[in-house]
Amino acid sequence: MMFWNALLLAIREIRRNLMRASLTVLGIVIGVAAVITMVTLGNGATEMITAQVSSLGSNLVIVRPGQRMTPGQPAGWAPAFKEDDVGAILEGVNGVRAVAPVASRGSTVSYMTESVFTPVTGTSPAYQEVGNWKLAEGRFFYDSEQRAGRAVCVLGQTVKKSLFSNTSPLGEKIRFRGISCEVVGVLLSKGQSAMGQDQDDIILLPLKAYQRRVAGRRSRQDVGTLMISVRDDVRTDKVVKDVTALMRERRSLAPNESDNFSVFDTKQIAETLSSTTRILTALLGAVAAVSLLVGGIGIMNIMLVSVTERTREIGTRLAIGALENEVLLQFLVEAVALSSFGGLLGILLALLASAGLAAAMGLPLVLDLQIVLLAFCVSASIGVLFGFVPARRAARLDPIEALRHE
Amino acid sequence: MLKRAGMTEAATALIELREVTKTYGSGVAAFQALKGVSFAIQAGEFVAVMGPSGSGKSTVMNILGCLDVPTAGEYLFLGEHVETLNRDQRALLRRHYLGFVFQGFNLLARTTALENVELPLLYRGMAVAERHAKARAALDLVGLIGWEHHTPAELSGGQQQRVAIARAIVTNPTLLLADEPTGNLDTERSEEIMALLTGLNREHGITVLMVTHEAQMARHASRTVHFVDGLVHSDTRADEVPA
Ligand SMILES: Nc1ncnc2c1ncn2[C@@H]1O[C@H](COP(=O)(O)OP(=O)(O)OP(=O)(O)O)[C@@H](O)[C@H]1O
Ligand SMILES: [Mg+2]
Repeated sequence: MMFWNALLLAIREIRRNLMRASLTVLGIVIGVAAVITMVTLGNGATEMITAQVSSLGSNLVIVRPGQRMTPGQPAGWAPAFKEDDVGAILEGVNGVRAVAPVASRGSTVSYMTESVFTPVTGTSPAYQEVGNWKLAEGRFFYDSEQRAGRAVCVLGQTVKKSLFSNTSPLGEKIRFRGISCEVVGVLLSKGQSAMGQDQDDIILLPLKAYQRRVAGRRSRQDVGTLMISVRDDVRTDKVVKDVTALMRERRSLAPNESDNFSVFDTKQIAETLSSTTRILTALLGAVAAVSLLVGGIGIMNIMLVSVTERTREIGTRLAIGALENEVLLQFLVEAVALSSFGGLLGILLALLASAGLAAAMGLPLVLDLQIVLLAFCVSASIGVLFGFVPARRAARLDPIEALRHE
Repeated sequence: MLKRAGMTEAATALIELREVTKTYGSGVAAFQALKGVSFAIQAGEFVAVMGPSGSGKSTVMNILGCLDVPTAGEYLFLGEHVETLNRDQRALLRRHYLGFVFQGFNLLARTTALENVELPLLYRGMAVAERHAKARAALDLVGLIGWEHHTPAELSGGQQQRVAIARAIVTNPTLLLADEPTGNLDTERSEEIMALLTGLNREHGITVLMVTHEAQMARHASRTVHFVDGLVHSDTRADEVPA
């Protein structure tokens, strides 16, 4: 009975002070929605980057000519690798599963009336294992085809779609740089890389064929990159060290000369990237926490501005015979109702916003229930605190003091 | 705790003050607004309280209305020592026995006349239908039928005062306390309010205690208590020779 009364009185109080009530709700909605949305997007970004890095191949070591400290910094001239570096690494370094030589050149590729500009890459069949690629249809080219330098190629999804749309390209001939090349396979899509590149924008053909017919005359023997896949039971940093030592020896570098090549390790890249996104998520969370605080201060302001009016009203209620507890219950019900309504609305808004933004940004939706709960609890307690505490102070006064409040 | 049966004992007054004092503030700022007030009121009386500004009229009304507590002295309501009651007991006393009309109305803003009037019934836990019927009856009594759904801002001063009176009498209180109920009204409205209070006293048997500083209003009362400087200066009945 007492509770239903309090509920009725609370509803009337909300109806009478619709502006105050909606501002309170708004403050909570903004706080909750901001925190949940930002953390959800941050988590989505982290997860996507982690997934992309692991799609590179889990234990991958990449060797490039030149010293490139940071991406974007130009590499000084350094001699390229040769195909026999592949065999040397396989023999000379322990724990290596496979090594793929990679050389690339942007080319216009055409089929019938369609054409696209895309990097054409010469490599060996080891590329499939090293890059952790799966086939959508057809097959990868064989070792024998690599040795013979046959003009066969495997397409990434992007290239396949632009040239063939939905029909199967197997057995068809595509043309680039004056050669005609038979499509033997299509790769399964990997999507964007951690750096934002389209990994499916790719055409693979045997390195021998590439060197003979695609590469320019000057760089005929060059291999741009060596990709090394490391056995799961071997530490990649050990392989990095051994590869570095081996390459220094093969490139006849004196002990006082610095490396004219660089060796990366995807684990290291993955760790760097995911720690970066974690920091980013924390930053977003902090920004969101500030908006939670701002929402809270908004609620506090509204409540403090109306405290005189409310104190007088509580005095009136007490004067006509309300018990302290009845008044308290009424205001508690009001504060809890507004705060939880605002909180639920905030969660709803956050779900819509996160889903929409995640879709727009191509991120996976990673909802963290703990954050949802935390945001809800924090802002709901702000609402209850500032709604209820002034009311409690007023209800403890003698009615005449509450009525006289200025 | 409090039984209306007490009223049948002729010896027990409805209310009785014994040497009540009230001191506001403390130390050098202390001010004694009541300096030992004693008087008794029997059930059914219509008493006017008069006196110059600052003489302690409102202070004594607030104490009688259990809105404030005396510093010293005794306050008996139907023989019960009010000064020994706790907050909730005093709230229940207000709820079940007292109606208070404030000088400044103290209606809830943005709340209709009907909801204002039914508020005391809500705290009594009365069911909806009965509550509405009683609130309507009270508004009828003060002549405000047709104005139930107006908020205080949409009512004149006299109408607001009548809503306040309706709210005070809707519970059919034993004692109605009114602090300057005509203070803000012109003569015509004042006479209407006085007629209303007289009617409540005569026809509904409600004991009325009213503060006023107009002798014309006090004439409606059966007895006038005069305050000067925190003390009862004179206490005259209407059938006695008027001062
Ligand atoms: N809360 C308070 N704090 C301090 N002094 C007070 C307080 N309330 C009243 N007083 C003082 O007590 C004295 C009596 O006040 P009270 O309100 O009872 O006078 P009153 O007879 O009702 O006057 P009026 O006719 O102007 O309403 C006044 O001098 C007033 O200044
Ligand atoms: Mg006064």
